[in-house]
Amino acid sequence: MKTYLPPKFIVERDTERCIQCQACVSQCSFDVHSYDSEEDDVISQGDNCVGCHRCAVFCPSGAITIKRNPLQYNENYNWQPEVIEDIKKQAETGGVLLVGMGNDKQYRIYWDHLVLNASQVTNPSIDPLREPMELTTYLGCKPDKLDIGPDSKLQTELPPQIKLEVPIIFAAMSYGAISLNVQKSLARAATEMGTLWNTGEGGLHPTLYKYGPNTIVQVASGRFGVHAEYLDAARAVEIKIGQGAKPGIGGHLPGEKVSDEVSVTRMIPNGTDALSPAPQHDIYSIEDLSQLIYALKEATNYSKPISVKIAAVHNSAAIASGMVRAGADIIVLDGLRGATGAAPKIIRDNVGIPIEMALASADNRLRQEGIRNRASIVVSGGIRNSGDVVKAIALGADAVYIGAAALVALGCTVCQQCHTGKCSWGICTSDLRLSKRINPDIGASRLANLLRGWSLEIKDILGGMGINALESLRGNRLQLRGIDLTDTELQTLGVRMAGS
Amino acid sequence: MDKIVKINAEGVKYRQLNIKLRELTANGTGKIELHNICGQRYIGTDLEGAVEIEIFGTPGNDLGAFMDKPRITVHGNAQDGCGNTMNSGEIIIHGHAGDITGLAARGGRIFVRDDVGYRAGIHMKGYNDKKPTIVIGGTAQDFVGEYMAGGIMVLLGLTLSKGERHKACFIGTGMHGGVIYIRGDVDDYQLGKEVDRAELNNEDNELLESLVGEYVEYFNMNPKEIMSTRFTKLFPRWLRPYGRLYAY
Repeated sequence: MKTYLPPKFIVERDTERCIQCQACVSQCSFDVHSYDSEEDDVISQGDNCVGCHRCAVFCPSGAITIKRNPLQYNENYNWQPEVIEDIKKQAETGGVLLVGMGNDKQYRIYWDHLVLNASQVTNPSIDPLREPMELTTYLGCKPDKLDIGPDSKLQTELPPQIKLEVPIIFAAMSYGAISLNVQKSLARAATEMGTLWNTGEGGLHPTLYKYGPNTIVQVASGRFGVHAEYLDAARAVEIKIGQGAKPGIGGHLPGEKVSDEVSVTRMIPNGTDALSPAPQHDIYSIEDLSQLIYALKEATNYSKPISVKIAAVHNSAAIASGMVRAGADIIVLDGLRGATGAAPKIIRDNVGIPIEMALASADNRLRQEGIRNRASIVVSGGIRNSGDVVKAIALGADAVYIGAAALVALGCTVCQQCHTGKCSWGICTSDLRLSKRINPDIGASRLANLLRGWSLEIKDILGGMGINALESLRGNRLQLRGIDLTDTELQTLGVRMAGS
Repeated sequence: MDKIVKINAEGVKYRQLNIKLRELTANGTGKIELHNICGQRYIGTDLEGAVEIEIFGTPGNDLGAFMDKPRITVHGNAQDGCGNTMNSGEIIIHGHAGDITGLAARGGRIFVRDDVGYRAGIHMKGYNDKKPTIVIGGTAQDFVGEYMAGGIMVLLGLTLSKGERHKACFIGTGMHGGVIYIRGDVDDYQLGKEVDRAELNNEDNELLESLVGEYVEYFNMNPKEIMSTRFTKLFPRWLRPYGRLYAY
């Protein structure tokens, strides 16, 4: 069928600058550039361009410019080009529209409507360059009270805790969705910076077991690669109920991505679809969740915190309460803008609630019920910079997960083609030719640099507020003020209006 | 070291029970008898080594969850989730088993003398030499073999009375690997969209003979009677049932 879809991008080659080196030809994984040996000419066909800018970055003479196709349809607010093209695509395929990365729609980003406080006159700010500042965060269940014996020794048996040097963890991204070199980069950076990375539901590759003390392993509905050594290797075990990009639905890793190596970690034959059912069929209730939490505690002999991750949805505060009562040591809320390697577009763009709202209401609810100490809260879904991190912690989070931000650090330009498996940056692909593009040494150092930069900024912000330990900011919503928000929004966030 | 240790589990919570089991297996106990078991969950989870456990009573949910190597015999019924995400080992049940028997099992074998509940064998998967196998002497409820990605599921129908048929619907829905053998007939409407039926070949017959042989040995029955009835073989029609679902 002839496609009626117009090209999304226009690729311009400055023929005066182009030196015919063909770097673009070898870098593009979407067949935009080709070399005509008869004419000795490099040709660029914009039709397939996804706007990933790999060629433009790697062109040694700066000859390539990529522009959005202006698509001068008649102006219509209701019938935007994206809407028209989605319909055409479905008319041509009859399929569910698939997409990668997080929600790109114009939902309000509440981080941008929250501002932070600083000390002026009445209390001194702290200069983090010269005074000690602490970002250390402990994840895990905290006891209701501590008993200290006559010898001043702690008598209460503490549940397992994880010490983080920075309150930023790399989000769950499975091997299969991302390449092994990306996981290596994440694992090394997490180890270097004293934080954690998360396997996602794709098993743990044999070469990554050595990073176990900095690894969260996931147990999800497909139970891929879940076995005794996998659970034993980890620092924490995470039960994945849902994810922000696709709340309520399962995952299908297409057979063509299940390569030999992916098959080893997932422990399934290669070439078969790896289907993660929508629900975990042993969890239909909070009581059932508790059963799996304790199955994992039994399987790991109560030595590791058990985390439960859900997508932020309408009732997440009540669900969070259930999760804590079910025995979760860490609860993870993944918001509307959470990213993915592949999700139905209609789900990604329409299901779930913003993480800021979910976090504020869950933290509130747990405090009201007097059980906030029993679990740490980790949030994810669209955290872009250290400002977002600080605001999340002031709203009540113990730590944040970053996924997309970490991938951007590795080169990702958020072109949203993760689901095609053709990522030209070598990130979201199991194609060995492409995944070689990520060098784990360089990748780890880029990621560690990002965390280092954010840590310095967080310390700066804290110092400005006159706070020298992140602990003192946690859930301290008086350090936040809202701008351009309605009364209901302010009330849900538990934040006062700027100026009040 | 074939020392048999007997434990009276009356009133013992699962956590204490499992601590005891871990201790015993660590010091090389070969066989453990658990008496007066009444609903304790997770028995056999996180045990290392090929220990043999005999359970008298009714074990709770998640019997042998994540289990690797032990062999558990239940003299009574098992509840839900027995063999959940099992890696290897054996569970032999002299009675019924509940829902999601063998959920997501990657290896190991489960023999149930009588019936099982809903969604037995859901998302079982084979890998290399691992072939999770469930032999159910009786019948199963709906969605048996759902999402199966590998392994072997056998339904013998021995608890059905003469002329009675299996009643399960949505058999093998979403199945994309492995094989289901059902003794007797099932109608097309009972099958999931993703499965098809085939005649048994020699390999199938040999496999069934050996599995039925084991079943009758455990439960003391007559193999000839079982094998004389025709079996239906169900297999996944596609390796990738949802490969054409999406528009890229």
